Amino acid sequence: MNGPVDLNRRSLLAGGGALIVSFSLGDAFAQDQSPPPSAPKPPGSLAQTPYLDAWIRIDADGSITAFTGKAELGQGFRTAFQQIAAEELDVPFKAINVVTSDTRRTANEGYTAGSNSMKDSGTAIQNAAAQVRELLIAEAARRFDLSAETLKTANAAVIAPDGRKLGYGELVAGDMLHVQAQPKSKLKDPAGYSIVGQPVPRVDIPAKVTGGAAFIQDMRLPGMVHARVVRPPSYGAELLSFDSAAVEKLPGVIKVVRDGNFLAVVTAKEYQAVKAMRALASAATWKETAHLPKQDDIASVVLKLPSQDTTIYTQSDPSASGTRTFEATYTRPYQAHGSIGPSCAIAHQVNDALTVWTHTQGVYPDRAGIAEMLRVPPASVRLIHVEGSGCYGHNGADDAAADAALIARAMPGVPVRVQWMREQEHAWEPFGPAMVTKLKATLDANGAIADWNFDVWSNTHSMRPGGAGSMLAAQLLAQPFTLPEPKPLPLPDGGGDRNAIPLYKFPNAKVVHHFIPAMPLRISAMRALGAYHNVFSIESFMDELALAAGADPVEFRLKHLDDARGRDVIEKAAREFGWQKGQKAPPDRGYGFAFARYKNHAAYCAIATEIEVNRQSGRPLLVRAVAAVDSGQVVNPDGLINQIEGAILQSMSWTLYESVTFDDVRITSIDWQTYPILRFDAVPEKIDVHIINRPGQPFLGSGETGQGPAAASIANAITNATGKRLRDLPLTRKKIKGAIEA
Amino acid sequence: MMTLKVNGQDHQVDADPDTPLLYVLREDLKLNAAKFGCGLGQCGACTVIVDGKAVLSCVTPVMLLEGRKVTTLEGLGSVEAPAPIQRAFIEEQAAQCGYCIAGMMMRAQALLARNSKPTEAEIRSELQLNLCRCGTHMRILRAVHRASKLMQTADASPAPRSTP
Repeated sequence: MNGPVDLNRRSLLAGGGALIVSFSLGDAFAQDQSPPPSAPKPPGSLAQTPYLDAWIRIDADGSITAFTGKAELGQGFRTAFQQIAAEELDVPFKAINVVTSDTRRTANEGYTAGSNSMKDSGTAIQNAAAQVRELLIAEAARRFDLSAETLKTANAAVIAPDGRKLGYGELVAGDMLHVQAQPKSKLKDPAGYSIVGQPVPRVDIPAKVTGGAAFIQDMRLPGMVHARVVRPPSYGAELLSFDSAAVEKLPGVIKVVRDGNFLAVVTAKEYQAVKAMRALASAATWKETAHLPKQDDIASVVLKLPSQDTTIYTQSDPSASGTRTFEATYTRPYQAHGSIGPSCAIAHQVNDALTVWTHTQGVYPDRAGIAEMLRVPPASVRLIHVEGSGCYGHNGADDAAADAALIARAMPGVPVRVQWMREQEHAWEPFGPAMVTKLKATLDANGAIADWNFDVWSNTHSMRPGGAGSMLAAQLLAQPFTLPEPKPLPLPDGGGDRNAIPLYKFPNAKVVHHFIPAMPLRISAMRALGAYHNVFSIESFMDELALAAGADPVEFRLKHLDDARGRDVIEKAAREFGWQKGQKAPPDRGYGFAFARYKNHAAYCAIATEIEVNRQSGRPLLVRAVAAVDSGQVVNPDGLINQIEGAILQSMSWTLYESVTFDDVRITSIDWQTYPILRFDAVPEKIDVHIINRPGQPFLGSGETGQGPAAASIANAITNATGKRLRDLPLTRKKIKGAIEA
Repeated sequence: MMTLKVNGQDHQVDADPDTPLLYVLREDLKLNAAKFGCGLGQCGACTVIVDGKAVLSCVTPVMLLEGRKVTTLEGLGSVEAPAPIQRAFIEEQAAQCGYCIAGMMMRAQALLARNSKPTEAEIRSELQLNLCRCGTHMRILRAVHRASKLMQTADASPAPRSTP
């Protein structure tokens, strides 16, 4: 029973399947298998993929599988989902196997992005598991001839009061779980949780610390060959000529693949591909046409680009007026995801069927892009997610998958593995876009904010596939696909305007999103999108205003915030840090504070930091950070802490060191020398993360919640240490030294 | 054809002499732990131990390794019988994506082999070359301290975290 779930077959069966279901289910869920469109939808991703067996499968031998359309990217949610499924099904943690995104096996959950995995997929698995448990109880009640209320579940079995027991595997039959989820589930009382809420060790770590096959880079298919691509030297460069004859004579070379400006070489062994790639690159001549903006003047470049302006928030109370007005402009450069492992993919074309193993964040949209590029039906392409190096958004993963697909088409029957070189990942990944914010506020006589104006200029923050035109390989073809028109991402999540609307309450406020369609550099989604810079700006400016009002920064925030859960994390972080009103840091040290609720509807996070600044060199050093986070019901507290610790350190690296560099034509930050990031000498002494658990509340996610608050907290601590305000990211040693000496 | 001694075993390897050790380990010997990160010796993801010293396998031609002893993470222990450093990284849950971790562990292992009780400063200085992008640094540091303790006590008590 329950063979591999083929979602296409399932959707075809939807009508007829319901009959089987109503026959086999007794009265549990039989009443209404085709709810009217207006009916309330089940929660999370069950709303889009309502069949329970798309999420939970139980085989006759009792083995249990949970499915997610989300991709494990190193956040650890495979373990969290396993906890959720085990908890709601009443089975041991180890009884569950979790299958992650695969276009043949799992639901289409779009992209693994926006800190939405727990909310979308975790919620779906939780509710599906609870409803499956109810179905199993109903089936057991029928077989025992007892009422369902008298039955209990434990250890993967339904147990009758007289001690009779039926295992889940024995109970499940036919298409019993192929039913649509009900809008409401009988979820467990969180007070009775024994697996959810526990710091269960991550299931993927043992393999990763012993040399197990853990990453796509570790996959070896029988007969697999290796490929490397030769990328143009700059955006839009045209391949004028190349000498493949010499390259084809090199050891191991099987094929040189060229289509327009797409150039790749296939070899028997991997290092042969690297050498052949270098030979091919030096034998190719290109016409370079790119005109990149002036990197040093990126703020004025951004402000000069045409924009589409939308007022996204207004608040008006004429009775409130201020006396002192303050203004500030904050900027963010282009920044790189900088995955430690360059992107990699394996593709295998067998007759008309193409399989691509990829570390994409979205197997379905990426499949759509690849199918369009190859001009084949999407159904003939299967994408299977395999973990790669952490991506932190849209890095080179989707492009590498397209590269592999294109090369595999030229190598029918042979699995082709492509891995990018370091300089290719650095130069060709889609960067986090440069941004500018202008803030203006008025303080009233009581030191409260009477008027708040926030303007943000930004590109979109997602140029992810869906269409082929988003992929490098497709853009490089002789018959190229053109880049789709960029679109602003809609609120409430937003893109460039993510977190642009303040959570604080001001009597008068106006927020304008200046969306810039033109993209001088290749850009897309990077962890937290616009929220990183918007929160940096809002929370820096709040500190500037607090200082002007002569108020304590923590007190000043609380004064403007009604949100109770927001207030709780602020108070918790301040208390655990030892924040004191009127405090004074030791010489050359400073304290900083910042807060945000990610997207204004996801997790709450407040971060206090202590910074040391070397006055001679300007070098800033994060000494310690204390964070408080409220992510709703906690599933795995250690996993949540790990995410916040990581967010603080990565955001610190962005904030203190990182900007993509380029000259008039080429990207020049192409490795770790030219794009330096955090190293161990700058790691703080201590990071403490305190969780405010909210039993039974919705999962709020955590992956991106720390990026903005960490940046602003550090910036505020630098100001506290030096008396100078820095508003242009990154806050480098050189800029700090300049500010101190100014 | 050359003989390469890896994790205590001799392997006959047929690779061009200029092939970096990393490619031979991964492709010819099918060992997963050492990772390609940059190919430039800038990130440490490829770190292995050669004759007791941490070496960047992505920039070390295989021809230099005839007669030397190469150790990779696979040579230290296994999931079933983890070495102290592997136990320590599991117990501290010292990974996010985990791509950099094998390199971190090998560099730390080389340090612990010559200095069984390194100070915090010595650990940081040793790991300076290795990059982690997820921001797992605090846990990595804790794991190296824990490994140092485990190696000294040969503590065989089970990990404090249990699976329900």
